[in-house]
Amino acid sequence: MRIKLKIWRQKSRNASGRFVSYPVENVNPDMSMLECLDVLNEQLIQQGEDPVAFEHDCREGICGSCGFMVNGVAHGPLPATTVCQLTMRHFNDGNELVLEPWRARAFPLIKDLVVDRRSFDRIIAAGGYISVSTGSAPDGNAIPVPKEAADRAMDAAACIGCGACVAACPNASAALFTGAKMTHLGILPQGKPERDVRAIRMVAQMNEEGFGGCTNIGECTGVCPKEIPLEVIAAMNRDYFRASWRERDNVVTTIRPFTEWSTGSKLQVDPPSGR
Amino acid sequence: MKLVNPANKRRHTLIVVGSGLAGASAAATLGELGYHVSCFCFQDSPRRAHSIAAQGGINAAKNYQNDGDSVYRLFYDTVKGGDFRAREANVYRLAQISVNIIDQCVAQGVPFAREYGGTLANRSFGGAQVSRTFYARGQTGQQLLLGAYQALERQVQAGTVTMYPRTEMLDLIVIDGRARGIVTRNLVTGEVDTHLGDAVILGTGGYGNVFYLSTNAKGSNVTAIWRAHKRGALFANPCYTQIHPTCIPVSGDYQSKLTLMSESLRNDGRIWVPMKKGDKRTPDQIPETDRDYYLERRYPSFGNLVPRDVASRNAKYVCDEGRGVGETGLGVYLDFGDAIRRLGRKAIEERYGNLFDMYQRITDEDPYTVPMRIYPAIHYTMGGLWVDYHLMSTIPGLFVIGEANFSDHGANRLGASALMQGLSDGYFIVPYTVGDYLATNKLDKVAETHSEIRNAVACVQQTVQKLLGINGKRTVDSFHRELGKIVWEYCGMSRNAQGLETAIEEIRSLREEYWQNVKVPGSGDDFNQSLEKAGRVADFFELAELMCVDALERNESCGGHFREEYQTADGEAQRDDEEFSYVAAWGYRGYGNREDLSKEPLEFQYVHPSQRSYK
Repeated sequence: MRIKLKIWRQKSRNASGRFVSYPVENVNPDMSMLECLDVLNEQLIQQGEDPVAFEHDCREGICGSCGFMVNGVAHGPLPATTVCQLTMRHFNDGNELVLEPWRARAFPLIKDLVVDRRSFDRIIAAGGYISVSTGSAPDGNAIPVPKEAADRAMDAAACIGCGACVAACPNASAALFTGAKMTHLGILPQGKPERDVRAIRMVAQMNEEGFGGCTNIGECTGVCPKEIPLEVIAAMNRDYFRASWRERDNVVTTIRPFTEWSTGSKLQVDPPSGR
Repeated sequence: MKLVNPANKRRHTLIVVGSGLAGASAAATLGELGYHVSCFCFQDSPRRAHSIAAQGGINAAKNYQNDGDSVYRLFYDTVKGGDFRAREANVYRLAQISVNIIDQCVAQGVPFAREYGGTLANRSFGGAQVSRTFYARGQTGQQLLLGAYQALERQVQAGTVTMYPRTEMLDLIVIDGRARGIVTRNLVTGEVDTHLGDAVILGTGGYGNVFYLSTNAKGSNVTAIWRAHKRGALFANPCYTQIHPTCIPVSGDYQSKLTLMSESLRNDGRIWVPMKKGDKRTPDQIPETDRDYYLERRYPSFGNLVPRDVASRNAKYVCDEGRGVGETGLGVYLDFGDAIRRLGRKAIEERYGNLFDMYQRITDEDPYTVPMRIYPAIHYTMGGLWVDYHLMSTIPGLFVIGEANFSDHGANRLGASALMQGLSDGYFIVPYTVGDYLATNKLDKVAETHSEIRNAVACVQQTVQKLLGINGKRTVDSFHRELGKIVWEYCGMSRNAQGLETAIEEIRSLREEYWQNVKVPGSGDDFNQSLEKAGRVADFFELAELMCVDALERNESCGGHFREEYQTADGEAQRDDEEFSYVAAWGYRGYGNREDLSKEPLEFQYVHPSQRSYK
């Protein structure tokens, strides 16, 4: 089959970008979207042009490296599928596909379809863990975890951190990502001791990074390749409000606004080191 | 073992390269201990490391199932599974530590599968007759890696670890015989930089991508350990590569990688091919009497759960006989019909749902109704840099952990053991042994202007400029693909002397062509993915030759190394313990020169080497 790819080309963060159309012949329906880009890049290199930069690594839908918009939808039209596993059989001969990078203030562009998602790492660094140093763990079976809790934690923990949720959200909110980690750790008994402080820190960091607020639109869960449910955002909000109330004497919360845009001032939460 | 005074730890800078299970767990733990750690990965985030793709599980000798497991049994199974080519002492330590790993991961919040009573669940895996594998659906690697990643980010927040993503190590700095730093390239800006420290720890994974098509991530590469090898670290057992029996078969020339289906599927799936050659009927049209469940037939006691090398080789045999299935004839069925009838579709969905979904997405076939088609593919490399019991290479101060070293799996790795080894090395071994090294050696401060540093930086810049300057006619990928075909053909599932000699010739001439005719577009001053690949493929070329040399030298069959000349009457691998019970450690002697072979004899005090039998 033949496909026309209309791709966002931008040399670097500060350069201006534009769409360029490329015809790709001999597309095999069993190819993945990324393999189709491989074929295009081989042609471009042969023609002495700059190949299209796109992020990819495992190509089996688990590392979270890949991702771009295909015709306006994050990861393309197939539900629960990253672009590395999106096969071309889902398109028709002669289709034009528009490929664009994730667009969000908190994901600055690096080149073509590649963006910088370190803001996600900083949200995790702010509190997305259980503080247990190596060697200090009790026996694995000393902490019984109800099967249902383990299953629900696993549902949330399946997040691959690709950023599709942010790209799909009209506010570029990271609520699904942040809520998923808070839900995973918050449901498990091991994660309970730090549940409040985790909520406060992660939400504060999310706001600091310049992600927008959540207005419950649900686009995020619609494009999520791991189908993280919207309820993780409800869980995040509940944890955050509960923590704000319990920790009201702690300066961290009460004097600091929920979102940056509600006051127009930047948050001053302890900045993560190493940035 | 000596200790470093807590107050002195923060004065030491340690360099960790790689952020997979081994690298991330080591960096996090060293940070917790108070060292200053710099951690590097080429991906955009440490969470992308390829450990994330491990599906099936992690072994531990917990004996929670009361089925007779013990540290000794895990040790025994691993030594036997490795076809008696691993060091006993390392393996015993691994088995001991296995139980601590599970505890640590549970405490971190890894959502392992649970029984209804709230205790941890287990499943069985190839090469074992006990149920000792812990798992988190089909995403065990992901969950363990996220645990280590979160521990790492906690240390980033605490200020003990500085993370350098999108930064690739391109050389090792050796001063006065000790590893003292690395040269890196920033993959966004192209900047070449040096980082100095008191020890360097490589957790950079395996080299399976030398085959081009493998189950490894596209970025997985040998560059870090190969360049350390060129600086003097011995490379051990490069020919020991593992072929995983359950991957989705190749469908076309454009194919960029192979997708693994977890070995855990062999718990409930039954592997078969038609009795008759060239039987083109669809699987549902083939009655039981015309099916050959060849693993169950040949290995009645282990059946579909024989180790990986045995399962892979047998798949090759039946396909070579012309009984393979699918369009290419390179595939066998993995059938869940019986399991679904016995346990119900829901139980199977619960165990393997995500794997089945993945299979369907890729092949457009429904494995609940049509048997899966699978074929072996390169998956893991047991070889790697030689290390001593402290996981230190032949360069003092250079430690190598996880898949990047050669230590624990001998000639064949059992399923669910890679995660165990990566975390064992990172959480529980290297944090102690690095301390001992620091405490027992006086390390002078290195001047940033030292000639060895300038030399290493110049070397890196030269290679980058050379690759960009060739401006030939062929792309990096086209060379890589061709190299992969040579290695797969002659140094893959089975090998023979003549083929290996041919391979060495072909690799050499293709490598010559590479340096004359490769085309790398763009410049070295920005984000240039072709340039990244070009450097990695150049190293694969050199490694490929060494693999063949090693395979040619080893005149026996063992584990993943199957030499056609050395097999038993019924086609099983035939070891030669008299001659080859050693670790082959190779020393670099300059580009294009034959490497030096050193031998570390293997002694077996507890597990007596025997013909491995799974019948």
